[in-house]
Amino acid sequence: MNAPTPIRFHANVRGVLANPVLRASFRGAMDFLMARRAAQFPAADAFEALRAQGEQIRQHSLARLPELLETLEANLQRNGIQVHWAETPLQACRLIIDLATRAGGDLVVKGKSMVSEEIELNHALEAAGIGALESDMGEYIVQLAGEKPSHIIMPAIHKTKEDIARLFADKVPGVDYTDSVDELIQIGRRVLRDKFRDTRVGLSGVNIAVAETGTLCLVENEGNGRMCTTVPDVHIAITGIEKVVARLEHVPPLLTLLTRSATGQAATTYFNWISGPRRAGELDGPREVHLVLLDNGRSGAYADIRLRATLQCIRCGACMNHCPVYARIGGHAYGTTYPGPIGQIVSPHMLGLEATQDLVTASSLCGACGEVCPVKIPIPDLLLQLRQQSQGNAAAPLLPGAGRGRKALQSISYQLFAWLYARPALYRLFSFVATRLRAFTPARQGVWTGSRAPLRPAARSLHERMKSRAGESCA
Amino acid sequence: MSAALNEAPNCPRRYPAKPTDVYLFGTCVLDLFDPEAGVSVVSLLEREGIRVHYPQDQTCCGQPAYTSGFPDQARAVAARQLPLFAGDWPIVVPSGSCGGMMRHHWPRLFADDPALLPLATSIAERVLELSEFLLHVVKPRWPRAGAAERVVLHTSCSARREMNTHLSARALLAQLPNLEVVLQDHEAECCGFGGAFSVKHPELSAAIASDKVDALEATAATRMVSADGGCLLNLNGTLQKRGSALRGEHLASFLWQRTQAPA
Ligand code: SF4
Repeated sequence: MNAPTPIRFHANVRGVLANPVLRASFRGAMDFLMARRAAQFPAADAFEALRAQGEQIRQHSLARLPELLETLEANLQRNGIQVHWAETPLQACRLIIDLATRAGGDLVVKGKSMVSEEIELNHALEAAGIGALESDMGEYIVQLAGEKPSHIIMPAIHKTKEDIARLFADKVPGVDYTDSVDELIQIGRRVLRDKFRDTRVGLSGVNIAVAETGTLCLVENEGNGRMCTTVPDVHIAITGIEKVVARLEHVPPLLTLLTRSATGQAATTYFNWISGPRRAGELDGPREVHLVLLDNGRSGAYADIRLRATLQCIRCGACMNHCPVYARIGGHAYGTTYPGPIGQIVSPHMLGLEATQDLVTASSLCGACGEVCPVKIPIPDLLLQLRQQSQGNAAAPLLPGAGRGRKALQSISYQLFAWLYARPALYRLFSFVATRLRAFTPARQGVWTGSRAPLRPAARSLHERMKSRAGESCA
Repeated sequence: MSAALNEAPNCPRRYPAKPTDVYLFGTCVLDLFDPEAGVSVVSLLEREGIRVHYPQDQTCCGQPAYTSGFPDQARAVAARQLPLFAGDWPIVVPSGSCGGMMRHHWPRLFADDPALLPLATSIAERVLELSEFLLHVVKPRWPRAGAAERVVLHTSCSARREMNTHLSARALLAQLPNLEVVLQDHEAECCGFGGAFSVKHPELSAAIASDKVDALEATAATRMVSADGGCLLNLNGTLQKRGSALRGEHLASFLWQRTQAPA
């Protein structure tokens, strides 16, 4: 699924930055989420200890990934959960369409699943004549609007309550305009609950898959996830192959890091342990449970030890909330399923480096993402590695599209930089000349002076000034 | 906005005893654009009886190439700096980001070079950002109080997240009498510079810088102080373009001017 042409990131950015309402609402929403998270981690050392544990669990799981996936498959099957492997989004969509068709479903009710967004499942279902209904409130809003999620935890965070009020009045039959949040939620609930009763197929994501017990864990706040996974006859879960951990005891630390980092909750309202279909004598639960395990570039990230940490992610969204770039442009501008810092490091594995060449550079490397990441993914370091690959300056293994970000002018600039700055005498001559030409400083210096006054060298360089002090104390 | 504030205590880093001699790595930004700050570092340290050695062959830590994905070019530049700092004196760096490059990234750059790695590692261990060096090693006595003033402190992301020195600049300023140090809204957020980022993504960089400058101006401080030349280029450029009266000054210049005895 390597997208051949670069995402039009710059154009997208210009579009959003020109919209002050959107900018203010993003900023407000991110401030809110940051404050919620901060309240959950009052003591820095306690947070550090917990996230060191989270990091270790994820690293150990990834170190044994092939073996854990085999164990997971065997134990899921023992529990009566059918396991399917998909290498590409297309394969995953086909699998799900087959399963839904066999179940005789013409509608799939969906709980929140970013992997289903990643494979663009709704489009594929629609093309196969099967409807899809998002049951998570945020996802439902986004679906009604014909958009994509702009945040992995809060899909509709780009919408104001007035936007949602207008959307409901427009699109939901028999609804009048109301901007009372409670009423809006009630409207959404009513529409969705009706559908649960007579839909045969439910779909959900998975937060953590436990290999030793063959259990799928799913966190949520609205209860719709539990409905999707228990009411319909057939439950299809979909997740990436990296979500597996070895043992049950690995779940609580990851869970507490996840909910605190994501929504600032000590625990979510619902926590679902899915360990199989309805057993003989049980009164409810699905008759079939399936798990689709998606690769879509993940095995490439696994194989490159320099980039493997990308797969430690537990999809909490904290890196987006704290990112100065995301806070200004929101999720859609990235043009990828996963926006923000996590999107910048994971999307190249899904779409290749040609499509994502402007994303890997879209960071000041301020490090806020790495600082809050609950599993200590060194996001800035991964961006550096991706930049090297994008510029064609890294050794194999390389991502598809490596080297495509290389631009002649930039390469020449850095070659010139290295040539000059590795020759001290020449460099001193250069700085001597530059300082003597300060009166001729151009008023326009490319994009720099678009928002800043021109850079003007000092009258004499530090080298020169230190040289004239040399008699005093300098070597 | 306290939510984004990282008030984590400084890493328990072991500091050396006050040395008789130090190296100064002046940084390429100060060399060309703010040599006064470099000279102020020397003045501050000499006043404390420390001899400052400034190798004339120094140029740049290689960061611009490194962060743009050109490690070979960064290595070529960094390799020329290494032998200049081969003695065992501490290396004072008046910049969190160059300090972070030298402390964290030089050992990585030379990881596969057995000839240079020991020196790169030794340098990494001896690099001290100016504010931590003053606060924890030199412990200066300020000879003069200075007039009452309100300043706002901008801390670079590298100082905060790579060097863990975001609190040392604040602690130093807190030692000065008559000085009120205020913090801006979203204090922990980036100024939008990011080196090549400011050129590759000028609109994003400008948007972030503009919000930062709004926050700085809203403090009604008379001056902004920062220990990073890169942030200062970006913020002063933005302030000047919008016609603001506020200007930023390097921590070293500020400390020296404020505390030097009247002539
Ligand atoms: S990269 Fe870290 S902070 Fe970002 S979503 Fe993943 S786990 Fe959360």
